[in-house]
Amino acid sequence: MDRFLFLTVDGLARGATFAAFALALVLIWRGARLVNFSQGAMAAATTYVAYSVTTASGSYWLGLVAAVVAGLVIGAGTERLLMRHVDASQPLNTVIVALGLVLVIQAVLGILYGSEYRPMDVPFSRTPLSIGDQPLLSPYDLFVLGTVVAVMAALGWAFTRTDLGLTMRAAAFAPDMARLLGVDVRRMLTLSWGVAGAVGALAALLIVPTELGAHPHATDLVFVYAFTAAVVGGLDSPVGAVVGGLGVGLVLSYVSGYSGSDISAVVILGVLVAVLLLKPSGLLGHTSARVV
Amino acid sequence: MTAPLLQVRGLTAGYGGAPVLHDVELDVPAGSIVAVVGANGAGKTSLLRALCGTIGVTAGSITWDGSELSGTRTEDLVRRGIAHVPEGRGVITELTVEENLRLGHVWRKDKADGRRATDEVYAMFEPLVRRRGSAGHQLSGGERQMLAIGRALVARPRLLLLDEPSLGLAPKVTAQIMALLRRRCDETGLTVLLVEQNVRSAMSIADHGVVLSLGRVVASDTAERIGADDDLRHAYLGF
Repeated sequence: MDRFLFLTVDGLARGATFAAFALALVLIWRGARLVNFSQGAMAAATTYVAYSVTTASGSYWLGLVAAVVAGLVIGAGTERLLMRHVDASQPLNTVIVALGLVLVIQAVLGILYGSEYRPMDVPFSRTPLSIGDQPLLSPYDLFVLGTVVAVMAALGWAFTRTDLGLTMRAAAFAPDMARLLGVDVRRMLTLSWGVAGAVGALAALLIVPTELGAHPHATDLVFVYAFTAAVVGGLDSPVGAVVGGLGVGLVLSYVSGYSGSDISAVVILGVLVAVLLLKPSGLLGHTSARVV
Repeated sequence: MTAPLLQVRGLTAGYGGAPVLHDVELDVPAGSIVAVVGANGAGKTSLLRALCGTIGVTAGSITWDGSELSGTRTEDLVRRGIAHVPEGRGVITELTVEENLRLGHVWRKDKADGRRATDEVYAMFEPLVRRRGSAGHQLSGGERQMLAIGRALVARPRLLLLDEPSLGLAPKVTAQIMALLRRRCDETGLTVLLVEQNVRSAMSIADHGVVLSLGRVVASDTAERIGADDDLRHAYLGF
């Protein structure tokens, strides 16, 4: 039972980062009807930005800010300079460009930084605090959870309470109608990519230092988990991304806790396949049929 | 006589180079309701789309308040005073009634007047008041039409383009909405360009009628005379 409790809170802490990463995928999906397969590679790049800034300045926090800003710029720039010019009449076109971007980003990172892992520090202890004899979350886990909750709350507030959020949602749900109502849909799409890039950068920076460190492929598996989370929750649904992310975190934690981490990726793949077979629109998604 | 608010001359427009509108002439005087009627496929919706720049104009001119309109980006139309309620109403079903209305005036600098205009819409279309927090997909057809028109009105447009407001509505609901619209025009000087398949309902509130057939204007007269012309009705409107 103690072990179960530990695995549960640990799973939720990791799941929170997947949820944030999944949310980045949902933001772009809602606006562009594209699964941004390059989200992982972009986040790998921003993790290196954090690594470089932190190494040069000695400050974790400067690195974090730099990574988030870089994510914003890379996300918005990708939409403005690349995706906007891709003929989106065939959905496959943008997917192929996104996959191509993965190869380019990872190759460039390999050239700049080499292919060895660069360990990164975290600002708080990772030793679990205990309540009684029961080890629970570490201070770093609490930092991760707090950060993700704060970001989610801020985004939720911005999307539902501000004019900008309202126009972004309108542009995503009904671009043609939004245009007639005076919304600059393209600008909103650029902004969605920027926000998604920033959120993805933050999520990656929270998780990569807890593993082997910065690497061109450090976020590959994170992307797979987040993608699964987004599909499980329904690609249309920000709430679904959060639920899916926490769910994936829990499954991973239980599987690796009880039977070893070698099979965790396979189990997640099984979850992905099962959802696609049984409920392709996801648990909380609205998409039922789409004309392509 | 002053120049019409909207003047269309020799307009030819279509989809991907295939014209569906041929040499269309149309005048919409300020403060009037002009109804364009015609059978399915006559080019009514295409006419509104051409005005909004969502389909390509290959020839002719669209003069809005003295200056050329074509080439204006769709998202700038509402800032120039033209609001479009498209066919099928275009209510954003994922957003609530309140959010849809807020979206209608979100671009305006004068926030206080945006809120005032919203209150006016609630007063005009009372059924929307108790639906304030409901999502668009929960509304009835009539409520959606009210919301779509209301959302256009909160922008305080000078010209309202209205595409088939009667589509899918009970005649009683259509009549109610049309009457409210007529009153609004009389009170505020709003100009309306309405396209309709439902001739009787359109002519009941219009000042001027235009009959479109296969993309050409075949008749243009007072609404009263268009409505009463049996030959015209048989020939072009199919009943």
